Amino acid sequence: MKIPLSWLKDYVDIDVSAEELQKKLFGCGFEVEELIEVGKDISGVVVGEVKECEAIEGTHLHVCKVDCGRHGELQICCGADNVAVGIKAPVALIGATVYATAKDHVTVEGVMTIKKGKLRGVESYGMLCSGVELGVNGDMFEGADYNGLLLLPASCVNGEDVKPVLGLDDYIFDIGVTANRPDCQSVLGIAREVAAVLGKPLKAPACNYRPAHSQKGVKVTDLAPDLCPRYIAHYVKDIKIAPSPMWMKRRLALCGLRSINNVVDITNFVLLEMGQPMHAFDLDALSGREIVVRRAKEGEKIVTLDEKEFDLTPENLVICDGDKPAALAGIMGGLNSGIGDGTKELLFEAAKFARDSVRKTSRALGQHSDSSAMFEKGVNEYTVAMAMDRALHLIEELGCGTVTDIRCDVVTPYSHDGAKTMTVSAGKINSLLGITVPAEAMADILTRLNFGVKTEGDKIELSVPPYREDIDGWPDIAEEIIRMYGYEHIEGTFMPSAKVTNGGFNDEQKAELALKRTLADQGLYEISTYSFYSEKDLDMLHIPADAPERKFIKIKNPIGEDLSVMRTTLAPSMLNTMVRNLRRGNMEGRLFEIAKVYIPRELPLKDFPDEQKRLCIGYFGNCDFFDIKGAVEAVADSLNAKFEYVPATRPYLHPGVCAEIVCDGQVLGCVGRLDPAISDELALERKAFIAEIDCKKLMACARPFRYRPLPKFAAVTRDLALVCDAGVTCGQIEKAIFAACKYVTDVNLFDIYAGAQVGAGKVSMAFTVTFTPADEAITPEKCDGYVKKILSSLSHNLGVTLR
Amino acid sequence: MIEQKIEELKKKIDELAKGIKTSKSLGELKMAFLGKQGEISELMKGMRDMPKEKRPEVGKIINALRDWANERFDELDKAVKKAELEQLYKTEKIDVTLPGRRQSTGAYHPNTLVIGELVDIFSGMGFEVFEGPEIENDYYNFTALNTPKDHPARDMQDTFYITDELLLRTQTSAGQIRVMENKKPPIKILSPGKVYRSDDDATHSPMFGQMEGLVVDKGITLCDLKGMLDEFAAKMFGDGVKTRLRPSYFPFTEPSVEVDVSCFECGGKGCRLCKGTGWIEVLGAGMVNRRVLEGCGIDPDVYTGFAFGMGIERIAMLKYGINNMKLLFEGDVRFLKQFKA
Repeated sequence: MKIPLSWLKDYVDIDVSAEELQKKLFGCGFEVEELIEVGKDISGVVVGEVKECEAIEGTHLHVCKVDCGRHGELQICCGADNVAVGIKAPVALIGATVYATAKDHVTVEGVMTIKKGKLRGVESYGMLCSGVELGVNGDMFEGADYNGLLLLPASCVNGEDVKPVLGLDDYIFDIGVTANRPDCQSVLGIAREVAAVLGKPLKAPACNYRPAHSQKGVKVTDLAPDLCPRYIAHYVKDIKIAPSPMWMKRRLALCGLRSINNVVDITNFVLLEMGQPMHAFDLDALSGREIVVRRAKEGEKIVTLDEKEFDLTPENLVICDGDKPAALAGIMGGLNSGIGDGTKELLFEAAKFARDSVRKTSRALGQHSDSSAMFEKGVNEYTVAMAMDRALHLIEELGCGTVTDIRCDVVTPYSHDGAKTMTVSAGKINSLLGITVPAEAMADILTRLNFGVKTEGDKIELSVPPYREDIDGWPDIAEEIIRMYGYEHIEGTFMPSAKVTNGGFNDEQKAELALKRTLADQGLYEISTYSFYSEKDLDMLHIPADAPERKFIKIKNPIGEDLSVMRTTLAPSMLNTMVRNLRRGNMEGRLFEIAKVYIPRELPLKDFPDEQKRLCIGYFGNCDFFDIKGAVEAVADSLNAKFEYVPATRPYLHPGVCAEIVCDGQVLGCVGRLDPAISDELALERKAFIAEIDCKKLMACARPFRYRPLPKFAAVTRDLALVCDAGVTCGQIEKAIFAACKYVTDVNLFDIYAGAQVGAGKVSMAFTVTFTPADEAITPEKCDGYVKKILSSLSHNLGVTLR
Repeated sequence: MIEQKIEELKKKIDELAKGIKTSKSLGELKMAFLGKQGEISELMKGMRDMPKEKRPEVGKIINALRDWANERFDELDKAVKKAELEQLYKTEKIDVTLPGRRQSTGAYHPNTLVIGELVDIFSGMGFEVFEGPEIENDYYNFTALNTPKDHPARDMQDTFYITDELLLRTQTSAGQIRVMENKKPPIKILSPGKVYRSDDDATHSPMFGQMEGLVVDKGITLCDLKGMLDEFAAKMFGDGVKTRLRPSYFPFTEPSVEVDVSCFECGGKGCRLCKGTGWIEVLGAGMVNRRVLEGCGIDPDVYTGFAFGMGIERIAMLKYGINNMKLLFEGDVRFLKQFKA
């Protein structure tokens, strides 16, 4: 929020520089996100008085002699129509920086530096300036909107810097206020903190006024005390709508608000100053001179000040007159009761509305305002009455009406006005902080923060400032103390009182890391993709309508349709990543991701879903099925497990190049080539392969490594070249070889051939078979016997013959 | 007679040896003299024709010749081998700048690297790793963390909802409660994982990683938090990197702090990384709010604790100089290849 330094100075005697104040605020919890110097682009501009002024013939220009005090008398050419002898105006000296304007003298086109010039042969040693050229408008300085010279008061001293005169030496603090301190969303709130941190007294704004007796009354009824715990209405008559005085316009302008008229400006001023939204109703427009605070009726309508119409529901709180809504509570007034030039009488409103109610209505209707923003942050009740008094004081000060003695103050059972008290222990606070802040220092800090403080030994009795609704227990007091005492006093210690604990990953996490290591060792890169995708991503993978992947959890308020569904499979994310790579010209890659899928137990979701970790592997580019299968086999090895690969189908995989991965009869997942139909649809120029495996089932396959005594006798190997029908698989043959002889410890395919030499419909496969003896050496004769047995079993069971 | 013959043989050997350049021809030469049918062996055989009394003397002479020849051939052998090796060194000289041959390796995602490093640092201090669910309920994500419905802090985070009760967790702090409900102090846990917020722009991602840390024990103080963070900063970002605490606000800690580390790029002088301030914001922390402890059945008058939370991507970006968060989720192999570890 934006706080002008000049405004703060009304309440605190600030004797440090803006930069120093920025540091102090930072230290006590208020980060100045930007420190803006109002006239940061303006330099070298002084007060000048025109002593002589002669028209240059044939032009609109004048050549002037301008008294610039200690800068001497300068000859300056000027094209403004209000240049004349005797006026005082800003003079940009040679070397000065001011805003450059377009031909219209109004549109700013950057910053320029003034140089010695020559106009129509007349030398000019500077420039007489307009308001625009100095970045000043009519709300900042009287008359600055004029498209000509900015006229300065006669009281200005020639040659003096013009920045203090125009308020360009001011600073604006853009402060980030944390959510627990809505009381600091105002100039006064920040002023309180500044006073505390500088150890200076706070000069409270004047809130006094002299009410005039009124015969006419008003009536307020609060039918929704839970949503409106406090409502104050005050009657003001004899309204004279007029422009606001310069000082008020300027304050609003510095905070980015445009001046409207005196009454509207007062409400805005009080909002900025105290953080209390105010509203002014034209009392003549309120039927029955009555206010009713209630929930809207279903279908009731309101047209707000900005001429938008809304259909209301009982969710919305409205401020009504005798028969119809006159304002959306805390958000915006109704068009029917707005202040206009003809307003004679008004009813001021200051209230506390429940923040949730304002937020819900504001979001539901899409209608926001400075007022609703403030209510959403939280308005404390203490300020409600103070702000009303301040507004009435300003009515008097600005002379825009007569304050009456008619005030309706509705205090409901939900109201919490008045000070909280608590007793805290200095020792306890220090035991949390870990340092010793002396009790006197604590008392001093809390006193500066407006707490009522009574110290008695270790006990500190406190009354909490009524606007500090965030203070709730002694740790809050500890925080108040340390943020003012200074965090630099906190010295690092290393938990001297804590018990020793045993840290580290648990078994499951270790296994996951080991899995990642295995895959990275195989040349795969780990990726991380979003946990949500679009239903269209399932369409992309040809997942049928009744597939389990379609039973997904939907996000109620997604960022967009693209990220609206919690994923039930990692395959679409992997495919999208591969597609992205190919489209960027990365023609090859091996990727993996370990992440969760979210499987609902029932839909709509009633309970926590099953969050299952999955491993997804993706290969694309110059590779084939056996490359990706190799990665899966490496995983099996790392777990000391043996996987089987059973031909299978998946909606998104090539039906001839797809296998289920099986271990101990459990299907762990699948591996295969992306269906060429999908490749075509995505216009992929390279083959892609995907494996998806359930991590929990995978980890369950792990067998601990156990040492087996080394065989006493050397192993013997035999190469067997076999011929079989094309339908017989390598896996079947391997299995059969193992089954036929108990001494077989390894079977390795080393060649595969199909072609003329073995005949049509036949395939030749060559294996190296390793025999490891148990308790006696394997002689060649014995080995011949084993091979014979194997061959006869192969021939009998699979029709396989020796080539 | 025999002496003369021996001198001749010696001369012959010396003469022939001059032409020897290879081990092979040397072997042949040696054979020609010392082999079974070699000249020296023949000389020995010739002794059969000599008178018996002469044999010992002649035998001695021939043996001396054999020794001489052996010695001579050994010398030659050394010289030839040396020359051959010199030649080998020349012919086998390679271009060592040709590329090496190797098994291509992959890499962990930067987030995995950061989490690994963080766990390594904190597990040494006794922190266990705990992972909670990503789809959480309102209670664990907000209410139990002292953020009841209608709390202003809920506006700090834009939450993805699934139902009114179930949501995507916005912070790994949700896991704190699950741990404290089931485990009594001393507690030292780390909770890394994915969190979700409805934000998507240059510096925000709707999904990002967080690491939460929690300590609950007797007599834990704000100074202990600072001490642990100092240790963390030095190990993560380098010796001499300091921490700075400044006031902040989180509903589940009181007091709450924002933690900055001194800029490890410029040493605190001010640079582009730290935007000229000399400090880099890395995490939020604070003393665990009493209400949070109470809610988990831990007596806040006996136990105190601190918690801290940091963004994994933020740390990764700082550590590796990554300037765009989106890169971490795109899976571009040109990016991934840069993190081979």
